[in-house]
Amino acid sequence: MQFSITRVLAITRKEFNHLRRDHLTGGMVVGIPIVMTLLFGYAINNDVRNLEAATVDEADTRASRALLADAGATQVVRIVGSAGSPMELQRRIAAGEISVGIVVPADFEERLAKGKRPLGQLLIDDSDPVILSAARALALLPATTSDQRTPSATFEVRALYNPERRSALFIVPGLCGVILTLTMVLFTSIAIVRERERGNLELLITTPVLSLELMIGKIVPYTFIGYVQVSLILMLGYYLFDMPIRGSLAELYTGVGIFVVSVLTLGLFISTAANTQFQAFQMTFMSFLPQLLLSGFMFPFEGMPKAAQWLAEVFPLTHFLRIVRGIVLRDAELSMLTPDIWPLAAFFIVGMTVATFRFRKRLE
Amino acid sequence: MSGDVVIETQELTKTFGELVAVDNVSMTVPRGRIYGFLGPNGSGKSTTIRMLCGLLVPTAGEVSVLGVDVREDPEALRRRIGYMTQRFSHYEDLTVGENLQFMAEIYGIPRSARRTAVERQIERFGLGEGRDQLTGTMSGGQRQRLALAAVTQHEPDLLFLDEPTSAVDPESRREFWEFLFDLVDHGTTVLVTTHFMDEAERCHALAILDRGVLVADGAPKQLMADMLASVVEVEGENLRQVREVLIVNEAVIDVAQLGSRLHVLVDPREERSADFVAEAIDANGLSAESKLISPSLEDVFVMATLGRVGK
Repeated sequence: MQFSITRVLAITRKEFNHLRRDHLTGGMVVGIPIVMTLLFGYAINNDVRNLEAATVDEADTRASRALLADAGATQVVRIVGSAGSPMELQRRIAAGEISVGIVVPADFEERLAKGKRPLGQLLIDDSDPVILSAARALALLPATTSDQRTPSATFEVRALYNPERRSALFIVPGLCGVILTLTMVLFTSIAIVRERERGNLELLITTPVLSLELMIGKIVPYTFIGYVQVSLILMLGYYLFDMPIRGSLAELYTGVGIFVVSVLTLGLFISTAANTQFQAFQMTFMSFLPQLLLSGFMFPFEGMPKAAQWLAEVFPLTHFLRIVRGIVLRDAELSMLTPDIWPLAAFFIVGMTVATFRFRKRLE
Repeated sequence: MSGDVVIETQELTKTFGELVAVDNVSMTVPRGRIYGFLGPNGSGKSTTIRMLCGLLVPTAGEVSVLGVDVREDPEALRRRIGYMTQRFSHYEDLTVGENLQFMAEIYGIPRSARRTAVERQIERFGLGEGRDQLTGTMSGGQRQRLALAAVTQHEPDLLFLDEPTSAVDPESRREFWEFLFDLVDHGTTVLVTTHFMDEAERCHALAILDRGVLVADGAPKQLMADMLASVVEVEGENLRQVREVLIVNEAVIDVAQLGSRLHVLVDPREERSADFVAEAIDANGLSAESKLISPSLEDVFVMATLGRVGK
């Protein structure tokens, strides 16, 4: 049987009609990017600020007051009050009223003069690792007093792309990839499994339609949806979080296209394995979680064990994160990113081939 | 295979694990006829149709449809057959027009002829009012007309209908059969499964399936004529008691109640069947009128599923 563009377009048009009338999916197309971008952009913030803190100043000298004022000035902690004793600080931490307690001992001046022992003590609610790491930074706070010169830092840190260390800048471009990985796989896998559940497929497989025509016909509309979602996320990033788009938009969209079709084939593959929409849903999440965790979106890629890195190299998301961060934040050109483009292309070709061959025009 | 035979199977068998769904079915369907599969649920009707369409691979046996070996090359059949599934399988969130257009495109009707084809089907099957209506909101009868319109749009040589009328009212059923006879008039061959006797009687030829086995086949008239039983109708009071009395009799094959009548199937070796029944009733102190009648298709069906049809 001849490959027919007419049949591909017939399926594409039909999918658009489904989407037009399926308000839940339609809402997800727009809703997921908006909600996730706002959540990640605003709420999830790796820069810890304004941890509530209380102090015990047993020395109560000019220098000790200055130190406490400096601690407050870092904005890492917000000093909300003072306590009578370290015991009281511990109690308030345990009760969750404060996260950090700062204790300046009575012999503060002596310690300051000798410079051997730590000047004070930080009591930390380290049930939250983020607070712990923030407090560690606070521990290195130089004690600046008028009559004591602090040694300068050994290295000056100069940030090239995000000097203000705003999390949204790192997160929003990556979020394009994370959201597409979730929605694209979910929509395609469900779109085919739903036809199986509703009995449409039993009819469709007795028609002259080819597996490849069906697969391409399903990919086209969802690629379009993918572009809508990326545009939405970039716009939110640009207008709400002042995220600059430094590279070429055309090159970015080319990269997005390659990424979208490669994750769509994952959805197609799932649809050939799942029998019910619920199974498709489960498999989508099973494939999504390792991608989310290992791609470098959540945790630094370089910090992961080698085996995890190799596994992550298979995921489209890993490569797309490098492409999108490169183009959006570093003004990279697509041609500089070929080491991350060909794995996506390979994923697409392998995924498409496997899905097409696995999709049998049979009922068993 | 001759040009007048559309479907030919030899010892067609399908097993699902332990279950033998279709058991050595050999049959021949001639061109331009309505051929019926009659059988209770689970008798293997749908499984047979699915094997004929190439949706299921037979476990054993030969199957040739429109001269194509379905096991070898099911794709060669696609454009020449139409398949109306038991369950409505068009898109409920598309309109009538959209569904028809989609099927026209999928079946490769050329662009120039597509619009005419869709319009022709809408008019022919009386779908004009609902053409912009979502299919999911239509009645059973309308959906069934749409389904038939959609699978006959590409003018298939052979049409498979799997219990097409199980979800519609008698009025729609009658109308549906008129459509089928029109199609046959234009040279289409129709293979239809049913468990309605009145529908089975309309077929040119029938195959009766029971637990995967083809227990009888032939024209309905012929099947009735060849039936290895005489039918005695009993009318009267206390029919439940009469039934009890009759059924224990060795010459009585089956007794079925139809309102205030009983249909008694009597072994043909008992030549005075009506008198025999009347005597049996009298002997038990009951009274009822007995007379010999000509068998109905239902009687044939009962005999066939009891394994008592000469074939």
